[in-house]
Amino acid sequence: MANQNRPLSPHLQVYRPQITSFLSILHRATGVVLAIGALFFTYWLMAATYGAEKFASAQALFGSVIGQLILWGFTFSVFYHLANGIRHMAWDAGWGFELDRLRITGWLTIVFAAAMTVLTLVVAYSAAGGA
Amino acid sequence: MQMRSYLGRSRGLGAANEGVHHWWMQRLTGVALVPLTIWFVFAAAGIASADLAEFKAWVGRHGNPVMLILLTIAMFHHTVLGMQVVIEDYVHSETAKVISLMAVKLLAWLCGASCIFAVLRLTFGG
Repeated sequence: MANQNRPLSPHLQVYRPQITSFLSILHRATGVVLAIGALFFTYWLMAATYGAEKFASAQALFGSVIGQLILWGFTFSVFYHLANGIRHMAWDAGWGFELDRLRITGWLTIVFAAAMTVLTLVVAYSAAGGA
Repeated sequence: MQMRSYLGRSRGLGAANEGVHHWWMQRLTGVALVPLTIWFVFAAAGIASADLAEFKAWVGRHGNPVMLILLTIAMFHHTVLGMQVVIEDYVHSETAKVISLMAVKLLAWLCGASCIFAVLRLTFGG
């Protein structure tokens, strides 16, 4: 049924990297990362229903070096996907397709995601340090 | 007996026969997730080193159970809609596509129900 000889869209290897295409695939990548994050969220809540010991091991997992790296990744993914999602809704409303606006809003999502990630880390480590 | 013409009945439904429902729900859950995730990330950061007693107290405090349940519903609904598009784009074998779509949806229901149960248990349980 499928015709194997249909033309292909431009290959990634020969296509010049641009902020528009990079941020587009980053939106999808962070979305998939956050789907995995939803599983961690479930594990975290369910661990608490199994008692203090199970919850302590969940907290220890998230507190380990690898656990913290994963949580930083989730945090950046949340804020990037959120900001770029708002960018998508502006496009849905018909705003922001001009190249200069695409570049400005693109860089804004990156700056927003980075700043919010740093802010979250400050809150998390001051809360953990104060406890 | 249907009084509407075939054209009138099919207009706006598109190839998948569901119109803009998928698109619309993705936007609706996305809008809901803006305040919910910002709230959750900073709230979770604030209880980074909590033990179980502190965690239970946080889950059950004021509007937190409602926020956590709304977050769970919006998050898993949005996740399923997004993963569906990813699967439809990259999985071309019909069998593998149907199986992975079902797996994603059933896993989301399982996890969503578990999260809601956990929130209620931690709020009301002993």
